[in-house]
Amino acid sequence: MKVEAKHETESTEQMRTGADLFIQTLVDAEVDTLFGYPGGAVLPIYDALYRSNPPFDHVLSRHEQGSIHAAEGYARVTGKAGVVLATSGPGATNLITGITDAMMDSIPLVIFTGQVASGVIGTDAFQESDVMGITTPITKYNYQVKQVSDLPRIVNEAFHIATTGRPGPVVVDIPKNVSAQLTGTEFSKDFNLPGYQPNKKPNPLQIVKLADALSRAKKPLLLAGAGVVFAKATEELKKFAEKYQLPVTNTLLGLGSFPGTHPLHLGMAGMHGTYTANTALYECDLLINIGARFDDRLTGNLEHFAPHAKVAHIDIDPAEIGKNVATEIPVVADAKEALQALLQSVVELPDHEVWKETLKLNKAEFPLWYEKPEQKLSPQWLIKQVYEQSKGDAIITTDVGQHQMWAAQFYTFDKPNRWVTSGGLGTMGFGFPAAIGAQLGAPDDLVVSIVGDGGFQMTLQELSILKERNLPVKIIIVNNEALGMVRQWQESFYEERYSESLLTMNPDFVKLAESYGIRGLRIDQEEDVIPMLQDIFSYNGPVVVDCRVEQKTCVYPMIAPGKGIHEMIGVKK
Amino acid sequence: MKRIIVATVQDRSGVLNRITGMLQKRQFNIDSISVGSSETEGVSKMTFVVDVGDHQKLEQLTKQLNKQIDVLKVSDITDKAIVARELALIKVGGSGQLRSEIQGIITPFRASIIDVSKDSLTIQVTGKPDKVEALISLLKPYGIKELTKTGVTAFLRGQQPQQVTELNSHLI
Ligand SMILES: Cc1ncc(C[n+]2csc(CCOP(=O)(O)OP(=O)(O)O)c2C)c(N)n1
Ligand SMILES: [Mg+2]
Repeated sequence: MKVEAKHETESTEQMRTGADLFIQTLVDAEVDTLFGYPGGAVLPIYDALYRSNPPFDHVLSRHEQGSIHAAEGYARVTGKAGVVLATSGPGATNLITGITDAMMDSIPLVIFTGQVASGVIGTDAFQESDVMGITTPITKYNYQVKQVSDLPRIVNEAFHIATTGRPGPVVVDIPKNVSAQLTGTEFSKDFNLPGYQPNKKPNPLQIVKLADALSRAKKPLLLAGAGVVFAKATEELKKFAEKYQLPVTNTLLGLGSFPGTHPLHLGMAGMHGTYTANTALYECDLLINIGARFDDRLTGNLEHFAPHAKVAHIDIDPAEIGKNVATEIPVVADAKEALQALLQSVVELPDHEVWKETLKLNKAEFPLWYEKPEQKLSPQWLIKQVYEQSKGDAIITTDVGQHQMWAAQFYTFDKPNRWVTSGGLGTMGFGFPAAIGAQLGAPDDLVVSIVGDGGFQMTLQELSILKERNLPVKIIIVNNEALGMVRQWQESFYEERYSESLLTMNPDFVKLAESYGIRGLRIDQEEDVIPMLQDIFSYNGPVVVDCRVEQKTCVYPMIAPGKGIHEMIGVKK
Repeated sequence: MKRIIVATVQDRSGVLNRITGMLQKRQFNIDSISVGSSETEGVSKMTFVVDVGDHQKLEQLTKQLNKQIDVLKVSDITDKAIVARELALIKVGGSGQLRSEIQGIITPFRASIIDVSKDSLTIQVTGKPDKVEALISLLKPYGIKELTKTGVTAFLRGQQPQQVTELNSHLI
């Protein structure tokens, strides 16, 4: 948001600095939203922003972590790069969690950090931090701009790297003298990336091998990850699954890549996945992984993962293939291209009616379940109502913990890009700021942020943005007065020694919301839930709802740590 | 098993840090790395001697190297016809009588004495790692005061035979 300048002087009109050039490169890259926070090393950039009034929106957070998670949420729903700007030193280090999160979940971000002037880099100058050193292991790539003439090329490359191949975060560190320096106008933006050529097209031989494996499979299974969403391949996946009547399961991040209500869908797999999906992974004889990275929360103990299956893995990142699970058929390709090639192959599938029938029976026999407590709300029931009242059409962002798993289990996604959650890093504090970015990226959609009472308190300062812009994000706090997931593990694996996991002092979330000028509600009766949801979903503004749920509820079913996918506990009531 | 991996990389700031950081993060055991410029300006060549548990781990290593944006090409040249050399500087104690004895030991290795002082001499040896190792162990009894090695650097021979007779993995 910009406060208009009172005096537009003529000299500023003619000034052209590295910072002006920087703003111009963002305009050229068609950036529409910049998530940022000012400070000393980026003062020239903020001044250029003020003077030039570019056609994009600057969103001022209240903590840089808020900026970067918002940018992640924005990227996740729009498919475009989220763009972040922060100052040097503490500004940059406050971004580290978000950068790592984006790296783990392959979210395209371009992050600009200010840096102390080139002449004093390496002298422990005020607010200097070794951004290049710190971010090298947590970025897809990073740059420090040495001279202003490199800036347009570097920005251009940064967007290219962040958004192509396997997406990820790219950091561009800009010393203050570079942005302050006066500069010319003509610069080359041409790429110079000979070592970066992501391969999109599948090797036809591997496709033949995969088609051949399919033609022999009696128990085939598709596992779809977020790669399908990034590649915009959901239509192709649906066609492929339907053509051969292949059952489909999802990773946590892959939810929405295949319609959750589809009869071929087995639900999510993994630690808190469905019995049907995990059993299918255990029993299948052909596993086709499309765009997932066989994370340990999915596979459980690798020794027992898909032990009878021939494994095919389609991934744009060759280094993911064979990393965790031995793979007979590697297909290095974009999911869309690979699925298109597969759709063109002619395959005679052997009869796999028995397999389909088994899975159908499992689905009917072992659905997700929960119990309703006597006094307090059931968290799972609450999520189900959110699903029904929003007609399954909301964009859902979550934080990390029990509520996240319940949201994954009980909110069914039929469409992609509507599920925003922190998977690989499991970052508490992600959910609420991500909702801000999601709402900015999809202004006409209903955005619901399902958060825990613990995690919400890590980044709730961003309520200011909601008020400032009247962003109609609905925040549902699944309040169990506990770090619920920690409490659950202590209950199950540490003989109920609840070490530092009960939140005996929480703020009054209603008053807290009100102190920001935002509507706050508290719900603890079941009969109030549906009217409340109808009310907030038709209300055009932000709301915080403190939902008092049963503390002792656990997330089930579960694969205990170290166990195999065939050893689920809590499968039935 | 030990392998020799060669990578050509763009000579950009931080590239060495990027690569060694990745190797460290992913728990690869590196025996040696040597880096230097190549025939092309702006392109450096890196030679790694790595100790990997199995082929799966080896494949991961080359893939992770290839994934680096600054890396142009990665090859595992262990089973090819190659020339591989390293250089060692060895300072041993010795004066008078001992000197000629040491000279006698190093001559078959085509090593040379490059510095002499009152009570020590410095020997330079170049060759395949096993040859360098052999000389070092022969010199041990004389008391090695200081030792430094460059790490192996290697590339393919001009001609690759149909069948590689030279097995390199035992050399490193
Ligand atoms: C930044 C961070 N710190 C610690 C953790 C470990 N952790 C995982 S879940 C969890 C509890 C979350 O509590 P809450 O936000 O109330 O959600 P609930 O599990 O109760 O639904 C914790 C502490 C984490 N994931 N992230
Ligand atoms: Mg909680």
